[in-house]
Amino acid sequence: MTIKATIIDEAGINRTITRLAHEILEKNKGGENIVIIGMRTRGEFLAKRLETKIEEITGRDVILGILDVTLYRDDFRMRLKQPEVSVTNITFDINERDVILVDDVLYTGRTVRAALDALMDMGRPSSIQLCVLIDRGHRELPISAQYVGKNIPTSINEEVKLKMKEIDTEDAVYLIESP
Amino acid sequence: MSLSSKHLIGLKNVPKEDIELILDTATTFREVLERPIKKVPTLQGKTICNLFFESSTRTRLSFELAQKRLSADTINFSTSTSSTKKGETFKDTVRNIEAMKVDMIVVRHESAGVPEYLTRISQANIINAGDGRHEHPTQALLDMYSIREKLGKLKGLKVCIVGDIAHSRVALSNIYGLQAVGAKVTLCGPKTMIPREIENLGVKVIHDIDKAISEHDVLNVLRIQLEREAGSTIPSLREYHNYFGITSERLEKNNRDVLILHPGPINRGVELSSEVADGPYQIILNQVTNGVAIRMAVLYLLGTRP
Repeated sequence: MTIKATIIDEAGINRTITRLAHEILEKNKGGENIVIIGMRTRGEFLAKRLETKIEEITGRDVILGILDVTLYRDDFRMRLKQPEVSVTNITFDINERDVILVDDVLYTGRTVRAALDALMDMGRPSSIQLCVLIDRGHRELPISAQYVGKNIPTSINEEVKLKMKEIDTEDAVYLIESP
Repeated sequence: MSLSSKHLIGLKNVPKEDIELILDTATTFREVLERPIKKVPTLQGKTICNLFFESSTRTRLSFELAQKRLSADTINFSTSTSSTKKGETFKDTVRNIEAMKVDMIVVRHESAGVPEYLTRISQANIINAGDGRHEHPTQALLDMYSIREKLGKLKGLKVCIVGDIAHSRVALSNIYGLQAVGAKVTLCGPKTMIPREIENLGVKVIHDIDKAISEHDVLNVLRIQLEREAGSTIPSLREYHNYFGITSERLEKNNRDVLILHPGPINRGVELSSEVADGPYQIILNQVTNGVAIRMAVLYLLGTRP
């Protein structure tokens, strides 16, 4: 694993989250009806930061949930390793709410497909909007994000890795050469 | 992380890591059971056969529900309506079911060793839902899950299994499972209901119910199995209740913090007084809810194992 480039550094991540928060509030007319749902694992921490930022801007509490999509994946029969499941924590009603679904990197779109199915099993939100820090292209499904931190054209031999202080030692996004 | 075996026959020699993986995975499914739509698509396209050669309410319904909530296709077999009545051998029955392309078989049988035998004649994942007096692993797993949910841990807990140990497969699975995760196991019951040399498994044996209540964190109270000739090992049910039955008075006198489990079905007024069976010490219905989550976890871990 060799790092080819730093795509965003710590200050950059902070600025990007601030911009995404403003965009979300603008599109949702102040965001009174929004709930934020982060996808495990890194999307969870990103969502938490987005929540803090939106609360700072609006002075209102924002509801935050965590979604684990493992049970909805489409690649069980093809995997060599069994994915570890963890617990979804959405204790509120998503009916009639505007759900902001948060993930770190948008790639094939398959994880988002799984998340959409999972959310539909929990209720009928007014809308689901996708917010990602990085869009690296190579979609295999007709899915696109409303809020994108940064578009990065990549080759399929590369990997985009988000590091977050909550579980890693630093805040950064790296472009990595896959082994 | 995945399980070390493709079958679940018993908890004997199952590594601690496997047991903890099943218990942790069950937490995920416990959350699914609280949702408005209690169903996930994880085992779509898998076919599971429930092969019940012995009567069962809880276990069969629990397995069926777990399978449906994982979106698996299920077929059910019970001896009363099948061709075994026409004299078909067990092996032929299983071969025929397998020819229908099933991925997993859940089996209950009155003879110990049948699930183990199935692993040799079938390609499917085999899950033991109770075989004779041998093991009933998913029951022990749900007991352990329920204890952990209530008391926050298993390691170091003192658990006493009370009642008809000799006729019980639940007892054996509990002993193996609890010991694997570091709990201390004691058995309590009349001498006629405790097998000789069972101490070799590393358990303590006592015959005093007051001591069982006062010296343990958890009592797992077994059913007196009237259908398995338990009647011949005790003089009468009434006498059993007088010596070993758990009543509110006994609990209040000895230990107000003890947790009571029972695998069901309860013989009210025999192993538990009705007051205890409905009272604040027991978690019998939690066990039933957790049973679905545990079975979902086992089916998921075996069914998606690489």
